[in-house]
Amino acid sequence: MLQINDIKKNFGPIEVLRGVTFSVDAGECIAVVGDNGAGKSTLMKIITGVYKASDGAVMLADKEITGTEPGEIRELGVEMIYQNLELASQQDVTANIFLGREPTMRFMGWDTGVIDFKSARTQAQEMIRQLGARLPSVDIQVGNLSGGQQQSVAIARALTFSPKVVIMDEPTAALAVREIQHVLDLIKELKSRGIAVILISHRLTDVFEVADRIVALRQGVVIADERTGETTMQDVVAHIVGAH
Amino acid sequence: MPNTEAASSGASPASAAVPRNKGALRVESLIVLAILVAVMAFASPYFFTVPNILNVVLATSTIGILALGATFVIGSAGIDLSVGSILAFAGVIGALVASTLGLPWWLAIPAAVLAGAFAGWINGLVITYGNVPAFVVTLGMMGVARGVALLITDGQAIYGLPAPLIWLGQGRPFGIPVPALVFIVVAIILHFVLSYTRFGRHTLIIGDNERGARAMGVPVRSLRIKIYILSGMMAGLAGLLTTARVNAGDPTAGMTFELSAITAAIIGGTNLFGGRATILGTVIGALIMGVLQNGLNLLAIPSFWQQISIGVVLVAAVWLDQFAKRGRE
Ligand SMILES: Nc1ncnc2c1ncn2[C@@H]1O[C@H](COP(=O)(O)OP(=O)(O)O)[C@@H](O)[C@H]1O
Ligand SMILES: [Mg+2]
Repeated sequence: MLQINDIKKNFGPIEVLRGVTFSVDAGECIAVVGDNGAGKSTLMKIITGVYKASDGAVMLADKEITGTEPGEIRELGVEMIYQNLELASQQDVTANIFLGREPTMRFMGWDTGVIDFKSARTQAQEMIRQLGARLPSVDIQVGNLSGGQQQSVAIARALTFSPKVVIMDEPTAALAVREIQHVLDLIKELKSRGIAVILISHRLTDVFEVADRIVALRQGVVIADERTGETTMQDVVAHIVGAH
Repeated sequence: MPNTEAASSGASPASAAVPRNKGALRVESLIVLAILVAVMAFASPYFFTVPNILNVVLATSTIGILALGATFVIGSAGIDLSVGSILAFAGVIGALVASTLGLPWWLAIPAAVLAGAFAGWINGLVITYGNVPAFVVTLGMMGVARGVALLITDGQAIYGLPAPLIWLGQGRPFGIPVPALVFIVVAIILHFVLSYTRFGRHTLIIGDNERGARAMGVPVRSLRIKIYILSGMMAGLAGLLTTARVNAGDPTAGMTFELSAITAAIIGGTNLFGGRATILGTVIGALIMGVLQNGLNLLAIPSFWQQISIGVVLVAAVWLDQFAKRGRE
């Protein structure tokens, strides 16, 4: 589904990614693990088009998407829940779920650019309901929500437009135990629907519960790419900290 | 999605689906306006006369049109310090077309508006593609547009405008000054644009979280350029109306008007740091500026004091906003 071929990235003189290669199949969950600063978030932002790779290629269903604008990559079915969520705190839940994809009204086949608030609100409510998220209202300003609720909004935004690939950058960092379990259940459901999932997490128990493969990143290179059933938590920890 | 318990599922029952722009229209600005009007009415018996109210409306229109542009710019977390100079530049271009060049008078309208749009476009290009802060770019444009206006007029105002053009500034259909009508129409259009269209929504979103907007596929650069073009167009329109009203293309017109325009937008509830703005708030803000200016005139307070008071109002408005925010946290 998604292939990453020899991606390199430098910010000025600093080489953050030094040739990263791996792939994710449909219905598969890959966990990307690594120490802080290993380059995980940078790699994911290259996939979504937020950063431009210095070298290498990203392929989606055998078509190269390297260098494509973030909006087009979303259009192609790649969604990401960013580590810092990237919500507009002064806008309401509906506006955030539809950020960048507001439904507009048409007039004789012509896009008027006028937002269809009613349809957006109804769909946002439906999405929140499906996810079983507990929000007081979709009309509430996102800045007034708790961290967990904001996370729900970011997740709802990623899932509203039937994605093919979902990237989650530490989606459970701000969550309580029960909420974490809910995210893990959601990942399993996405997999069963044939969606490819890339999960970045420091919580190895979570990784072992949902991931099919674990890719360990250290200083910008893949130092291990193993099936979950064929490795142990000790091995993964060793990869992360660089013991061997 | 976290917070599983099936208890309350999702959002509240459907109420009217209206665009919300919470907190943007502050009751405070209405109260300030009411107090200001009451004080002026008390201080001067002339305040509540028809000719004077028309003066207030006229004073409000020019600042108001500039402030409408500033609402979009500041709502997107930008700033445009060049509108006063662009007003003069565009006003001179309009006078040049209708008077010196002897072209049909109505060509002055597109000429002035396009001159403003052009200056705004340059602002937008340098800000987005040059990565130069808006503060610096528009400060530079403040100098450049004023300089060009002085250069092409040799520092002299251009007189001798055709009557239909003068009517745009001085005409009073149904007793209402034409600039006021223009202000009202443009305000209604831009209210619709800001509150109901993707363009308006995205304007506030890039002011709220530019990086997030980009990650979600909002074309941030082209949007920013359009916003500065809009601000330039408003300055061009205000320039044309000013030229028409004073019956001269004056290269020194609009001095320090950016200060009043920004102040009007801010006291109207626009978040100085972006993400929140309403047109209605800005209209109230512009009225406050108009009443303030008119009142100081009526009370025969020297015009130097007007600059001082506008400056103080701007800083006080932002300070109060920050103060209120700290109170909420
Ligand atoms: N925009 C940027 N400019 C310069 N350096 C950056 C930028 N983004 C990330 N980095 C650097 O790249 C390295 C990897 O960061 P990141 O991808 O966020 O790591 P991780 O997500 O694995 O913790 C870090 O050393 C970080 O300082
Ligand atoms: Mg990270």
